[in-house]
Amino acid sequence: MSWMQAAPLALVLLVFFVAPLVFVFVVSFFDYDRLAIYPAFLLDNYADVFTSSITLQLYSKTFEYAVIVEAITVAVGFLVAYFLTFHVRTTAWRIGLLVACTIPFFTSNMIRMISWMPFLGREGILNDVVLAMRLSKTPLDFLLFSDFAVIVAYVHILTMMMAAPIVNSMSKIDKALISAARDAGASEFQIVRDIVLPLSRTGVALGSALVLTQTMGDYFIVHVLSGGKSAGVVSAIATQLSAFEYPPAAASSVVLLVVVVVLVGVIFRVVDVRKELAG
Amino acid sequence: MSQFKDTPDTGVTRRSLLKGGAAVAGLAAGSGAITGFPTIWAQNIKNVTITHVGQSFSVIPQIGAQASKDLGFKIEMQAVDLNTQMNRLFTQPDSIDIADLSINTVPDIMKTKIGLPISTSKYKWWDKTMPLFTKGEYTDGKKAPTAGGAPIKFQYYTDGSGAKLSPTPTDWLASIPTLTNADTLGIRPDLIGRKIDSWAELLNPQFKGKAALVDEYDIGILDAAMALQASGQIKYADIGNLTKPEIDATIKKLIEYKKSGQFRAFWQNFDQSVSFMASGEVVIQSMWAPAVTALRARGIPCTFVPLKEGYRGWGITLVPLKHLTGLKLDAAMEYLNWYNSGWQGAFIARQGYYSSVPETAKTFLEPYEWDYWYEGKPAAKDIHDPFGALMEKAGNVRDGGAMTKRMGNVAVWNSRMDEQRYLIKRWNEFIAA
Repeated sequence: MSWMQAAPLALVLLVFFVAPLVFVFVVSFFDYDRLAIYPAFLLDNYADVFTSSITLQLYSKTFEYAVIVEAITVAVGFLVAYFLTFHVRTTAWRIGLLVACTIPFFTSNMIRMISWMPFLGREGILNDVVLAMRLSKTPLDFLLFSDFAVIVAYVHILTMMMAAPIVNSMSKIDKALISAARDAGASEFQIVRDIVLPLSRTGVALGSALVLTQTMGDYFIVHVLSGGKSAGVVSAIATQLSAFEYPPAAASSVVLLVVVVVLVGVIFRVVDVRKELAG
Repeated sequence: MSQFKDTPDTGVTRRSLLKGGAAVAGLAAGSGAITGFPTIWAQNIKNVTITHVGQSFSVIPQIGAQASKDLGFKIEMQAVDLNTQMNRLFTQPDSIDIADLSINTVPDIMKTKIGLPISTSKYKWWDKTMPLFTKGEYTDGKKAPTAGGAPIKFQYYTDGSGAKLSPTPTDWLASIPTLTNADTLGIRPDLIGRKIDSWAELLNPQFKGKAALVDEYDIGILDAAMALQASGQIKYADIGNLTKPEIDATIKKLIEYKKSGQFRAFWQNFDQSVSFMASGEVVIQSMWAPAVTALRARGIPCTFVPLKEGYRGWGITLVPLKHLTGLKLDAAMEYLNWYNSGWQGAFIARQGYYSSVPETAKTFLEPYEWDYWYEGKPAAKDIHDPFGALMEKAGNVRDGGAMTKRMGNVAVWNSRMDEQRYLIKRWNEFIAA
């Protein structure tokens, strides 16, 4: 009975995922003051989200980060995956290098974020080098507490999320296909463009979905590395929660959820992951 | 138990463990026992755990450990962020026995009916408490300013029902005040190299890209308003309670400053403010006293600089919650009386805070420590922070001087404004701009 096999997971998802989500949706219509929420059916919270000028500001900032990070992680992730799959000859080395890629993840996210400060700061290592090499007369301020710093941190954390599924896709590519192409006179560039890239797009799509959801849902990295100067969609939700304003926070969350689901849907529409995985 | 407001809806005792204790406790309370327990009670009370929940600047594990040692029952200190604290307080008040709060939260406690009014006769130290809390006056009898959330506005209930606050003294306390301080700007004197004596300096173009502001809407707006008023850009009718147009004008100015690059960063917890200062990213910013002592303990010069417009004052208070009954309630009251009996006051004095009962703190401080922290006299010996690190070399004087001088010059008290909802919305826009 297949439904019995699926039941435990379905039950867990129902209780810990679907139910809270439904609850958030319901609360998003509630009324509130600064101490309590009151059951109601009001569209005011949504009206606030859609009429406030800040919404557009927050979303455009979040999209800006997401698009830049997506572009960089795809490029870097693809190259890393390509190298690991096709240029590292033994499996032992490949696994060893893959594990090496995860070393930064051995410490907590908090430590990793804080570590950027002594590196990128005004009196940080990078600025010391810049000053010592006389590349600039004054320390470069844009390195820390800036969009630059936020993107560096995102790329640092998320490239692995992009690379791992791409490695997975690439390792399924028949090596004989590559050999045949090479025998037929194809250059390495042609092989990458015409064989590797199309055949690893499932990995790129999965990786992109992961990177996108992570950047759209982040609050911590953008706060710490922008020095609180920049805010994403979730930052505003966090402020509302801290002020005990649950219903508008719920409404913003629902809107964000819809946006993310649509975007991920578009990615999977472009690349039919199910078909590719089945094939 | 008559001194406490015992409403019928408290559900008597939720924990069967306490059932036996309640009767005994009633007996003990009748005998006015504050010191020394009857034998049976002493047996039972060992099983009591009092959960004290607040933020890390006042809810410190060492204080809980000392209280547990002195009292013979367990005090569990839970330091949480403000957000978590408020959520637990208003949605699960039963998970907290003693709430450690900013005194301006009292009206919310009253409205939600989760606090327990306390009779002055039950609290040992009321006649020794700073007149700032008891009468809204300074020690010299001068009236303290009331802009914003002045403690006296939230100190008394009209009666034991706890339904209404009284602006004048009564026999019913809404909470037990524990500590107070006056906040100002923190600076790196070594990197600035000149005298800073006005809030306006926060917005001085000289510190472009080197200033920081606290990103907490309620405190951040006050620091910003002090700076805008000091620099003559905005004149507020009541700086402790801004109107919508005043909030708009303030946020508009702040966005302009942000866009021009005045602020290097915004901080949300005091560890961040310490790292901004320590790394030299910021030379002038909103700051809290323990952050200043933390920097000095690390050997980094940092001054909590006195400003001519005055300080931003605040008070912290303990609220026993209404679900407390029987033995547990007596244990909680015993704990509240312990809290201001001196050990805690001395501990927090060393991070720059004033106890609400300075007299008791004094007995636990070395004379030279008292002279430095409270009297503003030059340190006769090296001054150490609560955790034992060297904070100040002998010979130096506390920034701002004596308590009377610092607390005597409060311009505005931390407050929760009437237009809070609007303020939050606009503050979010400022941070996102």
